[in-house]
Amino acid sequence: MPQSAEKVLDHSLLFREPEYKEMFAKKRADMENMPAAEKVQETADWTKSWEYREKNFARESLSINPAKACQPLGAVFAAAGFEKTLSFVHGSQGCVAYYRSHLSRHFKEPCSAVSSSMTEDAAVFGGLNNMVEGLKNAYALYSPKMIAVSTTCMAEVIGDDLQSFIIGAKEKESVPQDFPVPFAHTPAFVGSHTTGYDNMLRGILEGFWANAEVTKNETINIVPGFDGFAVGNNRELKRILDLMGVEYTILSDVSDQFDTPSDGEFRMYDGGTTLEAAKNAVNAKATISLQQYCSTKTLQYAKSFDQETASFHYPMGVAATDEFLMKVSDITGKEIPEELRMERGRLVDAMADSQATLHGKTYAIYGDPDFVYAMARFVLEFGGEPRHCLATNGTKPWAKKMQALFDSSPFGAECKAYPGNDLWHMRSLLATEPTDFLIGNSHGKFLERDTGVPLIRLTFPIFDRHHHHRFPVWGYQGGLRVLVTLLDKAFDTLDAAGLEPGGDISFDLTR
Amino acid sequence: MSLDHKNDAEFHASLIEEVLKAYPDKAQKKRSRHLSVAKPAEAPEEGGEQNLSECAVKSNIKSIPGVMTIRGCAYAGSKGVVWGPVKDMVHISHGPVGCGQYSWAQRRNYYTGTTGVDTFVTMQFTTDFQERDIVFGGDKKLEKVIDEINELFPLANGISVQSECPIGLIGDDIEAVARKKKSETGKTVVPVRCEGFRGVSQSLGHHIANDTIRDWVLDKSEREFEATDYDVTIIGDYNIGGDAWASRRLLEEMGLRVIGSWSGDGTLAELEQAPKAKLNLIHCYRSMNYICRHMEEKHGVPWTEYNLFGPTQIAQSLRHIASYFDDTIKEGAERVIAKYQPLVDAVISKYKPRLEGKTVMLYVGGLRPRHIVNAYDDLGMEIVGTGYEFAHNDDYQRTGHYVKEGTLIYDDVTGYELEKFIEQIRPNLVGSGIKEKYPVQKMGIPFRQMHSWDYSGPYHGYDGFAVFARDMDLAINNPVWDLFDAPWTKTEPLAVAAE
Repeated sequence: MPQSAEKVLDHSLLFREPEYKEMFAKKRADMENMPAAEKVQETADWTKSWEYREKNFARESLSINPAKACQPLGAVFAAAGFEKTLSFVHGSQGCVAYYRSHLSRHFKEPCSAVSSSMTEDAAVFGGLNNMVEGLKNAYALYSPKMIAVSTTCMAEVIGDDLQSFIIGAKEKESVPQDFPVPFAHTPAFVGSHTTGYDNMLRGILEGFWANAEVTKNETINIVPGFDGFAVGNNRELKRILDLMGVEYTILSDVSDQFDTPSDGEFRMYDGGTTLEAAKNAVNAKATISLQQYCSTKTLQYAKSFDQETASFHYPMGVAATDEFLMKVSDITGKEIPEELRMERGRLVDAMADSQATLHGKTYAIYGDPDFVYAMARFVLEFGGEPRHCLATNGTKPWAKKMQALFDSSPFGAECKAYPGNDLWHMRSLLATEPTDFLIGNSHGKFLERDTGVPLIRLTFPIFDRHHHHRFPVWGYQGGLRVLVTLLDKAFDTLDAAGLEPGGDISFDLTR
Repeated sequence: MSLDHKNDAEFHASLIEEVLKAYPDKAQKKRSRHLSVAKPAEAPEEGGEQNLSECAVKSNIKSIPGVMTIRGCAYAGSKGVVWGPVKDMVHISHGPVGCGQYSWAQRRNYYTGTTGVDTFVTMQFTTDFQERDIVFGGDKKLEKVIDEINELFPLANGISVQSECPIGLIGDDIEAVARKKKSETGKTVVPVRCEGFRGVSQSLGHHIANDTIRDWVLDKSEREFEATDYDVTIIGDYNIGGDAWASRRLLEEMGLRVIGSWSGDGTLAELEQAPKAKLNLIHCYRSMNYICRHMEEKHGVPWTEYNLFGPTQIAQSLRHIASYFDDTIKEGAERVIAKYQPLVDAVISKYKPRLEGKTVMLYVGGLRPRHIVNAYDDLGMEIVGTGYEFAHNDDYQRTGHYVKEGTLIYDDVTGYELEKFIEQIRPNLVGSGIKEKYPVQKMGIPFRQMHSWDYSGPYHGYDGFAVFARDMDLAINNPVWDLFDAPWTKTEPLAVAAE
């Protein structure tokens, strides 16, 4: 009997015991009607061939293991960054359970949001009653300062009109007339979670800015974009801006909401952009986005108030941080302090110390378009080659931009961008043209297992590792964090190669 | 940390009264029907079993808008629960990208096989609907997707189409597509109309999925299958963390032959074989009783519920299952129970002293809120509150077999209610899902996810009971819960504390 009270075996060891192994084999032989082992092996080998790669890339309709989610997830994320704001997603209720679970699994934090719980009758008659009743209940139970309404694809397909529904709900006194209920239509069949982030953020700003009297001031607005590392990144961002003495408003700051302390109290709401600040942000002289592909509509809207706008691609590494700081300095007239120059020097110092380990290593990178751009750019900075760069929600213009980045460095010569492709395409790329490392999220562990390319988790979602999101990857300090993560993987891989018994080769004490 | 109280009916009733006050009138009236305190059981009918209590509340009713229900949808019930674990088929999330993405490899349905080659459970296949698919319909795209799957995954034994919300709204005919593709390739294609807006929870999704097994799988295969007198099917075990394997071992050890595993680690062939069984064993009654009833009616296969959580229920269940067979199996059951008794004794003597008297509140899906009760009981722990996301009337009837009078009962609980109940009762442990885990832990109350076994498991069977006991102990008896208060915020002067 494999199990004992002294040494309890859970799934990780229990099912390797001979009793279970035997049981599996018997089940397969007698009950499963599965193909023979040789056939499976032969097929497995074929799926890693060039022939299969060509078939795989010839797909037109099927999406396998895509690296993107749907709009409302981004909307819920954006709304969570405002003070005491409750997301209200109009449509089927299962979706909200999914967003909440998804974000909780990544941040290891509570995630609150409500649904209007539309069912078949609402599909026929529309969801007005659900909106009226739902807003009333959410307002009474959860005492929010603002309710941000977005939609599931069900509500979009039947064509519910949020604006008139919200007006109707206010007429029925679901919430007070002056209570902020910004909204955004976030159809899941358009774009991805980054689109939803943009739509909801713009919707919230419209709610505050629509009829605003503008008196320009010296502040700037910062849009972080959808970011799994928002907790660490936003705090780092604030530290940098404080060092520079810049007056700023972060539009949607989730850093406290997704990082509440354990002290005996559950805080359903914590931190976030105050509604006052969001309202006043219309007077800012500029709005800067840290993720261009998360903020097209939001920046357009800011522009319509005569704000200067600028956008970046997830500023990570040396030059990307330089550019960001210089732009902020340029807009605000604040100098970049010596302290930041020292931090920059320390990052460069670290890169120089480790350059031999990193030089010429090849990478496959996937994730949201801004992240992939940033990661590839940083990799080029330390002499790596970002060979396969893939963004399921990336567009052709994004791929062009990626190509321009590759063309800017001799290390980019062998690199290619893949817009709209998925992780099954990535599997073919890694099987036929393996790289030294793979940079992505938790879903990459299956690619790592299938192709043997070591995975480095640096983007959303990270379900199977804890607390990475608490540390920044933006800025010079964040760059250090990314660097150490890459180096650890590189050294671990090197050490693993030296574990073979029968000598002492490549198992160096000092590296 | 927790209040020392027995199942105090009066106290629990006052909590219900208290939470209801927060609701607007209409919602208050609706919610009041879903909250109750378990009442003394009535005397059983002639020959019936004596219940411990009476847990009747209204159930399987639409959730109220805007209250933060914890429920999911029909798609989650069909793709996420019933169909998803069938390992040698490709399950297409048909519609926009999100549903498949959020439910991708999250239920820990373990299986053997080569993922991406002959098994596909931890993969996400989707038609990834775009606006044009909504406008022009998705049937053509679905056909193409099925062709592409057959091209790239030749060893897949079948395909299921899991509809997301838009499918039913735009009037697609997925049944026609399924029939066409089945006749072209000979491979099973199952169209499932599990759109998320159907029904009130996951539950209708289970039912719809069961119906599609009935209509598109059973009696459709020509494959030969040699039956024996000892054939049983495990039904309603999704092999979370390997549960079905820990169960299967016991059934095989007592001399039975398990001809199918529905649906954890299961194959299409195992679905097809089930009508040949002598007895269908149902673990999750809520999600798979429908198909068991059908096989009883149509194929004459009797079914029975069983429960492999904790030694008391395991012994009872093995004997009950054996009662359907001859002495060989009856002796086998006794032999298995005796064989594992030393393990049970060792587990209980190690963990019971550390867990005795601890109180537990549960809020899970459609089965575990009652099924797990005796496993806690075996460790000396007491259930003070329990409730279901998507139970029906018959589930609450059955709950009376398990929980004592005075237990707080909550159906389709809202985030607000659950938080208030936990805050007031302060149990030593809460068992619920990922959405509840972190709020509860921040209150300083130990928590275990009881959908996913908190990434542990198995919990079924004797092997699983050891893991279950270990996990409850490590949750409750971790020193981190004593670190919540900063020492300088304590009321007594520090000098006194230092003595």
